[in-house]
Amino acid sequence: MSRRLFNFNGGVKPPYNKEASLGEAIADFFAVAPMPAEFVIPLHQSVGGPPHPLVKAGETVKKGQLIGGPDGNVSSAVHASTSGRVKAVEMRLMPHTSGLSALCVVIEPDGKDEWIDHAPVPWRSMSPGEVRDALRDAGVVGLGGAVFPSHLKVNPGKQGHLDTLVINGAECEPFITCDDMQMRQRPDGIIKGAAILRDLTQAKQVLIGIEDNKPEAVAIMRAAVDRLQAERIEIVAVPTRYPAGGAKQLIRVLTGIEVAHGKRSTDYGVQCFNTGTAHAIHDALELGRPMISRILTVAGNVDRPRNFEVRFGTPMNDVVALCGARPDSDRYIMGGPMMGYRMPAETVPVVKATNCILVGSKAMFPPPPPEMPCIRCGECAKACPSDLAPFELFWFSRAKIFGKAQEYHLFDCIECGCCAYVCPANIPLVDYYRFAKSEIWARENEKSAADTARERYEFRLAREERDKLEKAARLAAKAAETKAKLAEQQADSAAKKDLIAAAAARVADAENKTNAS
Amino acid sequence: MISALLVMALGAVILGAALGYAAVRFRVEGDPLVEKIDGILPQTQCGQCGFPGCRPYAEAIARGEADINQCPPGGEEGIKKLADLLGREAKPLSGEHGIEKAKSVAVIVENLCIGCTLCIQACPVDAIVGAAKQMHTVIATQCTGCELCLEPCPVDCIVMEPIAESVESWKWQYPVFEIARRSA
Amino acid sequence: MTSYLFIVLGAVLVNNVVLVRILGLCPFMGVSKKLETAVGMGAATTFVLTLGCGTSAVLDTWLLVPNNLEYLRTLAFIVTIAAIVQLTELIIQKTSPVLHQVLGIYLPLITTNCAVLGIPLLNITQKHNLVESLLFGFGSSLGFTLALILFAGLRERLEGADVPRHFRGTAIGFITGGIMSLAFMGFAGLDKYK
Repeated sequence: MSRRLFNFNGGVKPPYNKEASLGEAIADFFAVAPMPAEFVIPLHQSVGGPPHPLVKAGETVKKGQLIGGPDGNVSSAVHASTSGRVKAVEMRLMPHTSGLSALCVVIEPDGKDEWIDHAPVPWRSMSPGEVRDALRDAGVVGLGGAVFPSHLKVNPGKQGHLDTLVINGAECEPFITCDDMQMRQRPDGIIKGAAILRDLTQAKQVLIGIEDNKPEAVAIMRAAVDRLQAERIEIVAVPTRYPAGGAKQLIRVLTGIEVAHGKRSTDYGVQCFNTGTAHAIHDALELGRPMISRILTVAGNVDRPRNFEVRFGTPMNDVVALCGARPDSDRYIMGGPMMGYRMPAETVPVVKATNCILVGSKAMFPPPPPEMPCIRCGECAKACPSDLAPFELFWFSRAKIFGKAQEYHLFDCIECGCCAYVCPANIPLVDYYRFAKSEIWARENEKSAADTARERYEFRLAREERDKLEKAARLAAKAAETKAKLAEQQADSAAKKDLIAAAAARVADAENKTNAS
Repeated sequence: MISALLVMALGAVILGAALGYAAVRFRVEGDPLVEKIDGILPQTQCGQCGFPGCRPYAEAIARGEADINQCPPGGEEGIKKLADLLGREAKPLSGEHGIEKAKSVAVIVENLCIGCTLCIQACPVDAIVGAAKQMHTVIATQCTGCELCLEPCPVDCIVMEPIAESVESWKWQYPVFEIARRSA
Repeated sequence: MTSYLFIVLGAVLVNNVVLVRILGLCPFMGVSKKLETAVGMGAATTFVLTLGCGTSAVLDTWLLVPNNLEYLRTLAFIVTIAAIVQLTELIIQKTSPVLHQVLGIYLPLITTNCAVLGIPLLNITQKHNLVESLLFGFGSSLGFTLALILFAGLRERLEGADVPRHFRGTAIGFITGGIMSLAFMGFAGLDKYK
């Protein structure tokens, strides 16, 4: 079946280097590798508020037990990856470029790997709010890399139903093959998950977009759709170009809808989920299993690149050890070569955002040539898939004129790296945008803190005024009371005086009478 | 000569009347500029600028009585924003009003607190919770770091702790590169 | 009709107040740091100049010339313009206090702006009737606004540029203004019809 596809502007075609890691099937790391000494599970693994710890050091936990409770609505739960004893709840190094630490639950595995009691969730008979709560408590977040809590995206939108549900199997970034392998080996879970999402969002159609450099995955998924007789679900092969896997880009290719600046895709009746997330939603609802592991690719400067299913909290160097890192490896990158983040150490744990561990070396990623001045050649604008003007964003981010940078829609930048990839002056453009974005966020936080402080100050002044008035009113009331009492007393004594005077007058009268007679 | 004087006098009378009418018709009450200046100030209410709070300082700036570089908690950023708003030149922070320090919050050392409520009365944003003879504590997220509570405490049990960087508040660094040097 | 078009065209481009006649440089340099203030200043000057030019022409034709008081031109024009500027300042203070604060001293300085006095005086020499005077004043102020907006846009870009330290601010501004002037020389001769 041929379907009309659309195009997005820009994009690049880097060498994909995907063949190396496609040779072997996905292996369950927990089964094939020696048991790690400890699982370090960070509490803050998704966008939004960090969950608060629900366990203390010394407690025993079972696999899948809730160890981090969601804090607020934009937050997702965290679970124990295996059964064991909680060694500590302490600050540990995070898989984050800053090299800072955050609160983690450290579990010492007991080797038994016992599941906590769990049961399928009767989601068909639950209200939408209850289903969302179930997904939140199962810790389901987007596995495409943005780790946005999925329960907030399972939303039929303003019209009560979605026009199109897009499942993102594009996987456009070089080296990464986890979604490809998952589609080849576990298509049923993905399609069943897509069907669940279709019913939860009342979507009219489901389009699963897969880049056409994955013909095996396309064929296997199509066969699975036929086999399962999934309704209204269609597999669509999209042209290969980075970043076709970006949500807005894939929506544009599949439906032609351009999601405008400042708007969400649900405003247009479209929503996008990753294939891995769809599978996880199936596991969470149909099997009642919370998210405790994910599939990731180990690639780059290793002898045996491949995909593993890894439990969260596993140290990255344990995973890489099984693939044979070459001696000149000097860095781990979480993610791909275009959008990945350099890890501060090799022992950091695998988290929900880890779709790939890219082992690098100086030969593979030579130090970039020095930055030269921007000549406004416009190659970056040609390459930008979000239709932005990267040279303008660069100009104003560099000069720290953040107001103008926002006028050029800085926050619509998806940090895909296409502009830096094509820049002939070797300018690290994405670094400038990240700097500008974090500065702007910091300023907005300061501003809202200042606004809160002003409100509290004004309330305090008002409170003191009110206290003063109340006190004055109280004193006035008291004074009036005393005055009334005094007046009463005076009236009493005046009355008494009258009586005494009358009596004295009578006595005087009587005396006069006796004297007279 | 007379005609010249008459013409000028006529002109003056007509224009004067028009301006007088306009002055009444377009009268402006209050000063909305103060709101805008107050919106830029950091609301620490610390008094380091020499005025009893941020609003009086904003009013002084609007009147032209105070300079824009007297606020240490606002820092260079704040001075630049005020300069942009008012169309004046940005200056460095005035030394006599204090120096820009790292953001900190007040912390009460609990085993020294005697429950006297003097710090509660001093806090301009009511960020200290407590009552007479009860333990006092600072709500860290509401504390602006103004240090007004340090003086009234009779047992010196309040310390200022700088806010540590966390993963949530970490900022990307400004990209720095080496200028390529050609070998001679 | 075409003559009116050429009057406006001539005033906006060919004989641009700031860039060709080199008048009114004070607000041109002083208010052009930001685009919004430049637009505000341009609008204020348009109001003042159009009204001023028309009023001055009427004043001259009906009051000064019949009474042989041409020598009072400068004085009378300045008084009229000063009143109009004061009126404008009151209106701006009421409608946009921020613009009022930002324009600051440059608003009353419109009174002493050589462009705002020069255009009515030039208008007299060109012997325009009332409609032509208004168009001439309007066109000149439009040219002033155009130059101001172009310059403000350029200065906003210059803010982020690597200008050598001693050239930053006004110095590079004047150099840029000079180059703009050179560019506007390209319009010479465009309004020659007859």
